[in-house]
Amino acid sequence: MSMDQLLLLLPALVVTATTVLCMLAVAIHRRHLVSCVISAVGLLLALLSLSVAMPLAPQEVTPLLRVDAFSLFFTVLVLGSALVVTLFSYPYLCNLEDQQDEFYLLLNISVLGALVMVSSTHFLTAFLGMETLSVCLYGMVAYPLHRSRTAQYPMEASLKYLVLSAVSSGFVLFGMALLYAQSGTLHFTDISAGLAGGALVPASYYVLASLLIIMGFAFKLSLVPFHLWTPDVYEGAPLPATSFLATVGKLAMAALLMRFMSVSELLSSADIRYVLSIIAVFSILFGNLLALRQSNLKRLLSYSSIAHMGYLLVALITLNATGQSLGAEAVSFYLTAYVVMSLGAFGVMTVVSDSAQERDHIGHYQGLFWRNPWLALVFTAMLLSLAGIPLTIGFVGKFYIFAAGVQGAEWMLLLAMVVGSGIGLFYYLRIVYRMLAPLEHHDPFPEAGLRELLPHGLLLCLLVLLVLPGVLPGGLMALVETVVRSL
Amino acid sequence: MIVGWLIAILFLGGALAWASEALDAQLPKFIALLALLGSAVLVGWLALSGQANPLSPQGQWWVLADANWIPRFGIRFAVGVDGLSLLMLLLTVFLGLMALGAAWHEIRERSGFFYFNLLWTLAGVVGVFTSLDLFLFFFFWEVMLIPMYLIIAIWGHENRAYAAMKFFLFTQVSGLLLLFAIVCLAWFHAQQFGAFSFDYFALQDVVLEGRVQTWLMLGFFVGFATKLPAFPFHAWLPDAHSQAPTAGSVLLAGVLLKTGAYGLIRFTVPLFPEASASFAPFAMGLAAVGILYCAKLAFAQQDLKRLIAYTSVSHMGFVLLGVYAWNLYGLQGAVMTMLAHGFSAAALFMIAGGLQHRLHTRDMQRMSGLWSRLPMLSAMALFFTVAAVGMPGLGNFIGEFLSLLGAFQASRVATVFAALGLVLSAVYSLWVIQKVFHGPLLLPAGQGREPDGGLADLGTVELLCYGLMALGLLWMGLYPQSFLAHSASVLEALLQQTGTPGGGG
Repeated sequence: MSMDQLLLLLPALVVTATTVLCMLAVAIHRRHLVSCVISAVGLLLALLSLSVAMPLAPQEVTPLLRVDAFSLFFTVLVLGSALVVTLFSYPYLCNLEDQQDEFYLLLNISVLGALVMVSSTHFLTAFLGMETLSVCLYGMVAYPLHRSRTAQYPMEASLKYLVLSAVSSGFVLFGMALLYAQSGTLHFTDISAGLAGGALVPASYYVLASLLIIMGFAFKLSLVPFHLWTPDVYEGAPLPATSFLATVGKLAMAALLMRFMSVSELLSSADIRYVLSIIAVFSILFGNLLALRQSNLKRLLSYSSIAHMGYLLVALITLNATGQSLGAEAVSFYLTAYVVMSLGAFGVMTVVSDSAQERDHIGHYQGLFWRNPWLALVFTAMLLSLAGIPLTIGFVGKFYIFAAGVQGAEWMLLLAMVVGSGIGLFYYLRIVYRMLAPLEHHDPFPEAGLRELLPHGLLLCLLVLLVLPGVLPGGLMALVETVVRSL
Repeated sequence: MIVGWLIAILFLGGALAWASEALDAQLPKFIALLALLGSAVLVGWLALSGQANPLSPQGQWWVLADANWIPRFGIRFAVGVDGLSLLMLLLTVFLGLMALGAAWHEIRERSGFFYFNLLWTLAGVVGVFTSLDLFLFFFFWEVMLIPMYLIIAIWGHENRAYAAMKFFLFTQVSGLLLLFAIVCLAWFHAQQFGAFSFDYFALQDVVLEGRVQTWLMLGFFVGFATKLPAFPFHAWLPDAHSQAPTAGSVLLAGVLLKTGAYGLIRFTVPLFPEASASFAPFAMGLAAVGILYCAKLAFAQQDLKRLIAYTSVSHMGFVLLGVYAWNLYGLQGAVMTMLAHGFSAAALFMIAGGLQHRLHTRDMQRMSGLWSRLPMLSAMALFFTVAAVGMPGLGNFIGEFLSLLGAFQASRVATVFAALGLVLSAVYSLWVIQKVFHGPLLLPAGQGREPDGGLADLGTVELLCYGLMALGLLWMGLYPQSFLAHSASVLEALLQQTGTPGGGG
């Protein structure tokens, strides 16, 4: 392995070093603040180290990983969202009746998994990354286990996630094994040759194997009908873990799926496109319909995330419909938008919650506009962006997907999207309306004093990231365009 | 860049009004007044000093501005004003001032945020009336929606949650169809000319095969007809109007509905001339049904604001009729009806709002004989009701007459039925006057019985607003040429360019 290749892996190496350092620090002297600072600084350094890696890309780093503009773009997103989650976690975890330090440890290791996923072009690294991410997430979801109140929820959520996730990993493994049995390689090579149908092995063999893999991926992205774990896990997990799962978890998986699809040219098979279309339509409709009656915001956002992943799939399906790659651009843009909106929405909830009490019921936000206009403004902006209203990045993202869908002539999918967005408006606006309603109860938010400055500053950054590309999306679009060219 | 300034003043004024509330609760309304006066000066200056630039496309545009916005999709910040836009801008700014007048004493709570929403709605409307890039148009189309939703949801009456949600869902879902059609159109442009474009003039060159053109035209039509609103898409309007605060109703009826009609004239027909021509008989049929059906519904209402809301839908039928007649008379009639209805409906909603403010009810069963206690307000009510009925000498008559005249050349059947609407409108209007203002005095229990009168007649601000609107209607009725002249060249150019398909049947 040459020096260049090591430099290309620098972000992952920095995160690994941070993890080790974090562990050592805990061994020497436990202190919440120190662990948080170490992991935040580590993530920041990893972000900075990208400037070293960037000029050397694109390159194959061993046959297992490929560092190019695409993987670097998603590395930035993963590290950025992990950093935000880390900083939001600190005030949240301060009054946990347990040790806080290991949370950051788990978070760092799962970031490592995500980083491997976004640059993998090989089933081995893909699987390794997925499992590293998932195993740490089991721990993060169940983290406040010894909390006196509602202690059963994190455990239940974690177990549910563990069991179902393990099953889905089994699907992925089986699919890989089937592909390996015929091709003799674990690289995302050209499966399309097999899909075209050979003399010995029928095309359906490859279709089946690829669908098994896609099913496993769909589970992690919580697409219908593999979505059943999502609301319970979102609700049971502590808020920082939920926001991590909703952003980094989805981000890494979607990037991997996109790379897999474009390298293997799976979409040349009409059968696979057909199955994916059905999954997309069901995700959009079910996700939005199920979110309608939720009064727990975590559950509501979990169902809405199902719908959003459905929108994403619409763009993914159009990935190679034509030579131009509007689909890939749309996916990258929408993922960026989705991460910003989710971090913001969960961020507001994290700011008003702490580990003693999570404020995740819609009633907790009644009258927020009159009580804390700033938080209400941020929350409203995030929700409107999720609903796809102009002036926000969410609108541009949805526009991008529309354009990709029109380009691919996927009329039924677009119709589902229009219907789904219409339903979606209803439940997002319901929250906004509750925030506008008069304040009826007095339920003081946690007072964190100076500690509060940091999360509020982060919310401001997220708001800027939401509005700026919403009004002037040109820069981000140009970036995304160069990114997908490396696919 | 005068248009850019116009939009910027309203956006900034709104933000400033909100921020200034922290200093003084009275400050926001004065800032809003300043911002509106500023934009009135700009529009007035444009109207007085400007003229069409012969070098612009079709030689009809007064000002054009263009800047790069989103190069990836060929989206530009392109705005322009022609005679039609100018008339709409005048209407917008004037009714913005009227809405401010209506809110002056009514809005006491959270006034900073209210004026923020008011000004941002107007900024969106100005953007809609001036955009020449369809993406930009859609952007502003949505920008005017959220503040309006907030106005209804926060300052509305008893059933505001339901009304606000219904308003938002109807407009947003139809807006998504519109966006969908816009993106499709841009994609066809990319297929035929090699690059995405949302430019109004460029998109007119796109050649569409018949069935595709019909579908895209329907996407545009549903988007605009919901806003207008035309007959099957009107269900949101009575709720939104009756629940909105007075200023909100004024904006909705006076300005927001006109964006739908403007969209039909500016975009739907010119972009899809053949499909629109074959669709015209249906649209005119819908218009006639809407005129009669909603006039009938208006007659059955007991809630004063709901009644006026239904009459709005009914009058908007004349606009739809005139637009789809697609000849000069019809179009001029549609434009005049838009202007005149903007004035008369806004005034009537202010009267209903004023009555509710004084009597705390909108139920017509509980009021009668108000003329004896509120002579000035009642006289104003009579004036604007008569205007809405279409009395010669006032603006509405010119508009409705011209649209019927145009429609008669296109579809006689639809015109005959639509003309019956005039009879019905006289029936319900006079019934309202008789029920509310004539007869023995009846006030809702506990209202206006205080020894000091308790029931004040028009204040200075109200009198000023009503007076200005009445003068405006008189001007339109007595010397309509000053308005028709502005729109004539634009409409002629549109007719020429679409080859005057006219309505069949």
